[in-house]
Amino acid sequence: MAVISYREALRAAMREELKRDENVVIMGEEVAQFNGAYKVTEGLLKEFGPKRIVDTPISEAGFIGLGIGASMLGIRPVMELMFWSFSYVAFDQVVNNAGNIRYMSGGLINCPIVIRGPANGGTNVGATHSHTPEAILASHPGIKVVCPATPYDAKGLMKAAIRDNDPVYVMENTILYNDKAEVPDEDYIVPIGVADIKREGTDLTIVAHGRAVITSLKAAEILEKEHGVSVEVVDLRSIRPLDEETILASVRKTHRALLVEENKPFCGVDAQIAYLIQSRAFDELDAPIGRVSSIDAPQIYSKKLEDLQLPYPARVVAAALKVLA
Amino acid sequence: MAEIIDMPKLSDTMSVGTVVKWNIKEGQTVAFGDILAEIETDKATMELSCTVPGTILKIYAAAGSQLPVGEPICAIGKKGEAAPEPQKAAAPKAAVPAIPEATGIPCIPEAPASANTPIATQSDGSRTKASPYARRMAEKAALNVAALSGTGPGGRVVGRDVTAAANAPTAAPVGPVNVAVTPPADGKGIQPDADSPVSGMRATIARRLIESKNTVPHFYLEVEVDAAPLLALRETLNKRLAEAGGEAGLKLSVNDFILKASAEALRRVPAVNASWAGTSIRQHSAVHLAFGVALEDGLVTPVIRDAHSKSLRDIAVDAKGLIAKARSKKLSPAEMSGSTFTVTNLGMYGVTGFYGIINTPNAAILSVGATIKKAVVDANDRIVIGQRMAIGLSGDHRVVDGANGAQFLQALKQVLEEPTLILI
Repeated sequence: MAVISYREALRAAMREELKRDENVVIMGEEVAQFNGAYKVTEGLLKEFGPKRIVDTPISEAGFIGLGIGASMLGIRPVMELMFWSFSYVAFDQVVNNAGNIRYMSGGLINCPIVIRGPANGGTNVGATHSHTPEAILASHPGIKVVCPATPYDAKGLMKAAIRDNDPVYVMENTILYNDKAEVPDEDYIVPIGVADIKREGTDLTIVAHGRAVITSLKAAEILEKEHGVSVEVVDLRSIRPLDEETILASVRKTHRALLVEENKPFCGVDAQIAYLIQSRAFDELDAPIGRVSSIDAPQIYSKKLEDLQLPYPARVVAAALKVLA
Repeated sequence: MAEIIDMPKLSDTMSVGTVVKWNIKEGQTVAFGDILAEIETDKATMELSCTVPGTILKIYAAAGSQLPVGEPICAIGKKGEAAPEPQKAAAPKAAVPAIPEATGIPCIPEAPASANTPIATQSDGSRTKASPYARRMAEKAALNVAALSGTGPGGRVVGRDVTAAANAPTAAPVGPVNVAVTPPADGKGIQPDADSPVSGMRATIARRLIESKNTVPHFYLEVEVDAAPLLALRETLNKRLAEAGGEAGLKLSVNDFILKASAEALRRVPAVNASWAGTSIRQHSAVHLAFGVALEDGLVTPVIRDAHSKSLRDIAVDAKGLIAKARSKKLSPAEMSGSTFTVTNLGMYGVTGFYGIINTPNAAILSVGATIKKAVVDANDRIVIGQRMAIGLSGDHRVVDGANGAQFLQALKQVLEEPTLILI
């Protein structure tokens, strides 16, 4: 098993799927000749040629629409957005067309498109380039949303997304691109809709997704070492479909839950999960559900303030201790 | 239009009431302000006055019946009018959700077993704060969450509290305790075996004292007082009062002197006249003295307000009035609340010394024993006959320490041994 980066894991997934299925194509701004804005698609043009790896104009509504149309005819396009923030200019395509065509065609037309790219704050790129739209998109039936936190999950989820017959939106994180871990060389997928226990514990369940998983794992270390608390960290991996049973099983074990996400709090993913827990595991709760999200303001440009705006381990520890009181 | 009169909520903490006695009969005409009935609450027996003039159509609750606040007790309307069917107690009070009948849809409650779960309310009617998990655990362990002390935020009962209680050897089971006691061998006992229901007053005593003993770290101090000067002064004063005859037969009791001396000692050591308030300690400016009055079926603690500024005579008059009211169960809740210190006295029963349970939120309780003749060594190292009274102090160690508790007893001893001081 090779130790590779999150970026390389994504590339390996696309490369393997490009090889496996001739209908898989990569499209997006700078994905081909420039090797990708974040070098995720590096080398793919050379290997697969310009018919499979296609540079697009700076016109998200146009090229996402192109991808959706192609997918309806059997192509499996993997569309890169330089930032998920830019999906907002293609919102009608991303939500309305991709999300509804299977339903509105009475199941006759599938839309096996993948849209991928970074969806994160914390890199000092300003309010309009730092959105985390997983909650917004996941609120639309017909759309699948995944948020890998590790290289293993990045590769497995990307491959599952490409093979899925519905639109799957993969939210990556530029801060995680260089994280390295062991990733199997052989073919595997991480099924969509299955959460993962990233750390087992008995006193508190932390539910997180994306980079918040990494933050929560750091917090769990501190809680164990400095406070003697055993924390279980549930990595959602998929936002929709949501693995409700894994969340509930963990809460039934620890009886206390803290929800951590890099989204803004209002109508965030964790609002839905808090509802789920109280609705289906009310009698298991020994304390009110805690929550840590980004501070509710446009993404702050000042790097120092932005670092405080996002969940960081000390904030998670403090919130955990409150839930554990 | 007939009106139904419900069991009224006569005190903040009242959740059930007992109709002690009806002053009216069905068919009788009543006017505004007429006393309809006497209702026993958890604290006192109070009069229920009429707020709806008319004719008593129906009495739903017979004298002696105990029922929750809000239950119908009688109906008043126009003469000849039919008595309305009383609505059963409002549904939200019950633990069982109302299941719509005959909807054609089978409606199966998810956990029918929980239908008999005791409602987790304190006996004063306030809801016990407990996490859902703790409630479920308590239900499984057959524990009453309302009887547990919570260690979670704001006193919430959480899972660990139930675990602790379930593992404690004294875990109190819910419901009646079945104590297997062999009947007397000769078939004749001193009393027939019987279970009598717990009265409102007894339930309040039980709850308040368990709460105190479980949450307040008690510590105990004792001092022996030379009671001879006090007894001599009392005798002189009572003799003069009897001769004067003007005080409507006022006779000072030993307890009156102790109450007055306690107020004076608290003035000298105010740290004892305080209360634990969770995150702060509240110092009280006034001394409101509670004292125990034994009744046939329990005890009450009426309060002498502003005892710090009252003369011995005022205190004696107040105490006498409160005792009379206590014995006729006419004390109002206001007359039994707001104390800052409590005095209990079992001296009249010959008890030589004891320690009371603190009447929270007081910081201490004084326990006065009997005055006993015994041999004492006097200042000249001679053995003489002394009149000795043992006085115990139970203190809340969160508020009072051994040293200021001792200073208080020292001040009290000084006042009692030179009792003329309290006449000033």
